[in-house]
Amino acid sequence: MSGIEFEFQLPREDFKLQVSGTLPDRGITALFGASGSGKTTLLRCIAGLERAPGGKLVVNGEVWQQGPTFLATHQRPIGYVFQEASLFAHLGVQRNLEYGWKRIPRPHRNIEFEEVIRLLGLEHLLGRFPHQLSGGQRQRVAIARALLTSPALLLMDEPLSALDLDSKQEILPYLERLHDESRVPILYVSHSPDEVVRLADHLVLMEHGKIVAQGEINQLLTRSDLSLSRLDEASAVLKCRVAAHDPDYHVSYVAIDNSGLKQKLLVPFKDLPTDHPVRVRILARDVSLALQMQSQTSISNILPARVVEVFPSNTPFQVIVKLDIGGQFILSKITKRSAALLHIEKDKLVYAQVKSVALMR
Amino acid sequence: MDFSVVDSPAIWITLKLALFTTAILLLLATPLAWWLATTHSRAKTAVSALVAMPLVLPPSVLGFYLLVMMGPAGLVGQLTQTLGLGLLPFTFSGLVVASVIYSLPFSVQPIQAAFEQLGNRPLEVAATLRASPLDRFFTIALPMARPGLLTAMVLTFAHTVGEFGVVLMLGGNIEGETRVLSVAIYDHVEALEYDKAHLLSAGLIVFSFTTLLLLQQLNKKRKWQPV
Repeated sequence: MSGIEFEFQLPREDFKLQVSGTLPDRGITALFGASGSGKTTLLRCIAGLERAPGGKLVVNGEVWQQGPTFLATHQRPIGYVFQEASLFAHLGVQRNLEYGWKRIPRPHRNIEFEEVIRLLGLEHLLGRFPHQLSGGQRQRVAIARALLTSPALLLMDEPLSALDLDSKQEILPYLERLHDESRVPILYVSHSPDEVVRLADHLVLMEHGKIVAQGEINQLLTRSDLSLSRLDEASAVLKCRVAAHDPDYHVSYVAIDNSGLKQKLLVPFKDLPTDHPVRVRILARDVSLALQMQSQTSISNILPARVVEVFPSNTPFQVIVKLDIGGQFILSKITKRSAALLHIEKDKLVYAQVKSVALMR
Repeated sequence: MDFSVVDSPAIWITLKLALFTTAILLLLATPLAWWLATTHSRAKTAVSALVAMPLVLPPSVLGFYLLVMMGPAGLVGQLTQTLGLGLLPFTFSGLVVASVIYSLPFSVQPIQAAFEQLGNRPLEVAATLRASPLDRFFTIALPMARPGLLTAMVLTFAHTVGEFGVVLMLGGNIEGETRVLSVAIYDHVEALEYDKAHLLSAGLIVFSFTTLLLLQQLNKKRKWQPV
């Protein structure tokens, strides 16, 4: 039995946590919602830092909480990265890192000390004390310290929210590398759509202590019944693989995963080996529609697509068109007028002209 | 001068009393402070008040009741007699017991404040890093509360050295057994031996100043800062 099966009810001051479900045991799952939606409380319940009476938690077939069984936090094979700097101020970086590492019996360690140091770029910081580090550096040490406990599950509670923009930009690549190189499933609490779009494979949407929706990121970002598809920044994330490079024009081609149509996108050159997984973000407002394949245009990415549905946007004069480009979806934000003139309706075959593609990694 | 011969037992007894009291209180006050800092029990306020009592009670009141309790008719007195320990008043052991009670708030309060300032977060972090509750207490709470522990030790020590009222009520003034410095100074003044009183008093002033200076140095010396 794989996955993280949970059921919690816990009254708080301003909401009542009331959740149940199963989360995937791989990749990054983002718990996304406004503050007060209960995402941190859910994370703390999973860590055992919060005790929800009558709750249930089974991780990969192992019971962590059920009936009278309640594993204390220190008995759970988790790593936890807190929102703010949580390094032990009285210990140097090296000893902070060793704190959890030393408490894991040798046979249970599945990651090398040096490996983690390299992964988070801490080589030069080992001799320092926490007060001698920047906010971003501290959070990197905290992430490494959590990883060094060889967790079966890594819990991250808005690890970037207390950082300034520069430090965020500093850490995101490390998190992406973590996603690519480590097999530890990660639960990532966030209220930032940007972080979610960059990192998450799976999305759990929370509101007032309840789970509103959950699913694969591409599915959830493009669902017409959720507010995500109506944001100004509404976008779709596509899972792709590097297909080829064209050094003459300094561009790369990436193939869209599970596309029966073998669709490819042209992106700015990225120095990655062929077949390396990448993710691509396409904003709804960057996609226009045409009924015929345009050849005489400066737009490089034109994809044949099938209209899945047309629904209202956050403005009165525009609509969102959800398009199937072969297994994955993208959104297109066009004017109501254009939609009417082109007779855009369900199942119509169109050409999606993508003005701009952001390669996330 | 012959005062050194007369007063050296008093100096020795004072130091011994202060050392014993500090050591016992460190062992006693630390868990008590930890409990007070972390408990949600309703008994907390009552226990807190009880611990603080010696701060507001006149030492003579405290000494009087200790004398009654430890006396032949008192509960504690009967217990010590049954155990074959004899009676505690007018003995050095009696002084130690009295000092421990008298100096309790000076130990508990700085340590409790240090634990409270620490907050729950570092302990939660340690728990997610597989540290058991006892492990967390010794590797996180105690080292991080070190300034508080140090303050508690110095205050307790200095406070015990300067104790007068309780000692007088409970220990009397037995040369070589219960006569401490403060009592010796009192005796010298009574006997109009001002030069001897001066010497001991000035000595105490220098001692107190040095202790506090040392404490500040020790607290400054640590390599880390809170973040």
